Amino acid sequence: MTYRPDKDVIAVQRGPDPGGLGGVARAFGETLRGLKTTFGRLVEGPVTIQYPEEKTPVYPRFRGRHKLHRFEDTGLEKCVGCSLCAAACPADCIRVVAAENTPGDRVSAGERYAEIYEINMTRCIFCGYCEVACPFDAITLGHDYELSDYHRSDLIFTKEMLLAEPVERTPLRREGE
Amino acid sequence: MMPLADTQFVETTGVWIIKSVVIFAFVLGIVPLILLLERKLLGRFQNRYGPNRVGPYGLLQPLADVLKLLSKEQFYPATGVPFLMALAPAIMIVTALAAIAIIPFGDVREGFGSEFGLYGIDVNIGVLYAFAFGSLAFYGLMLGGWASGSKYSFLGAMRSAAQLISYEVSLGLSLIGVVMMAGSLSLVDIVKAQDGVWYVLPQFVGFLVFAVAGFAETNRAPFDLPEADAELVAGYNTEFGGMRFGSFFMAEYMNMLVIAGLGAAMFFGGWMGPGPSFLDPVWMVLKMLAVVVFFIWIRATMPRLRYDQLMSFGWKILLPLATLNLLVTATIVALA
Repeated sequence: MTYRPDKDVIAVQRGPDPGGLGGVARAFGETLRGLKTTFGRLVEGPVTIQYPEEKTPVYPRFRGRHKLHRFEDTGLEKCVGCSLCAAACPADCIRVVAAENTPGDRVSAGERYAEIYEINMTRCIFCGYCEVACPFDAITLGHDYELSDYHRSDLIFTKEMLLAEPVERTPLRREGE
Repeated sequence: MMPLADTQFVETTGVWIIKSVVIFAFVLGIVPLILLLERKLLGRFQNRYGPNRVGPYGLLQPLADVLKLLSKEQFYPATGVPFLMALAPAIMIVTALAAIAIIPFGDVREGFGSEFGLYGIDVNIGVLYAFAFGSLAFYGLMLGGWASGSKYSFLGAMRSAAQLISYEVSLGLSLIGVVMMAGSLSLVDIVKAQDGVWYVLPQFVGFLVFAVAGFAETNRAPFDLPEADAELVAGYNTEFGGMRFGSFFMAEYMNMLVIAGLGAAMFFGGWMGPGPSFLDPVWMVLKMLAVVVFFIWIRATMPRLRYDQLMSFGWKILLPLATLNLLVTATIVALA
């Protein structure tokens, strides 16, 4: 579309001039309108979510605290210690030390397993790249978002913490909510 | 020399003391409640709850606030004048409390072996007394601002002085209409004169002027320029901490009560209401609370005025309006 300056007239709408008796009457009317507006808010009632007692429901794809998974039938860990998640992590907060599975001590389904699997939650940005990078769907991001603690060292989540089923504290958003 | 009965000082000393204690207790007891009411209502006006964590429904919030203020350090800035800084909040409290003495909560009753009125004193200069103490209160404000030795405080105090001069005139003129209709300055007589119809109807313009000027007198929104948080960091009470600040804060609410009491007595029929006569004080308190709620409602609604707007509004609109109202009332009263 070409620019036609001759048609490009901007109509400026000006309010009535302030002052005078009309201005006083208008100011009075506008004040009443404002009072009506605030009274409407009073009637509506509060929209506050009383947080510790009442929690914001999350969407199903919400990216919260990580979970490590096991196979449901065999109980073996899905993680094979490949460190692809650690490589994908932009915040560099995942530490994986792999070890060989032995016939006597079988931890994962693959050749190797993660002997140490730590996520530093103080650094994690919850981007979900680890979940994307994992070839075995061993790590997913859950719904838990209450992750504060008193010491930074407590926020380095170990493999046991990540494997354990998280206490379901977060309500899930229902369809259409 | 007038006989004592004509000056209406008929009560015995004991009754005076009891009345003073009751008024004192009532005011000091209701101010924290109004504070809580304000915060709760402001919250509701903004779709939120307001304080609801301390005690059931947040009822202990004002108590917690006062405890916090009491336990704070009494700090004086190096440039401040400590003596005057201690005096300023005291002046505010004293003047506010003194003005409440003339708010009538009921007519003269019999009991305790004597007659006594349900008011602090029924001075025959009535409204003037309230204005006198209202004006004195600004000494506290000015002293507080000036003695702090801070630019912001000083600016806030100067603003309040200018605001006082602009709006006290309109406030006075708006009430003179009522005084002329009632034919008396005494608040008790004015309430009694409203037996038929409340003065808010015949004196509607006067009421509007009174309401607007009342907001300015009590430094409430939208005329809270002396303590405009955003530009003056709380104005005259910037340098005050602990209970000194608390006193300023309480004095503001007491002034609100005074204006609410004046408004209720002069425009809304004071203690008049349905029901037996022992309900009179209840009606008065309810009417005062209604005015206070209106104050809060306005605060939730109106943005703060610019300083030049405040001045031009006061002198160019409010004062002519009040004068016009006065002239019309005078004419009608003279003809009737």
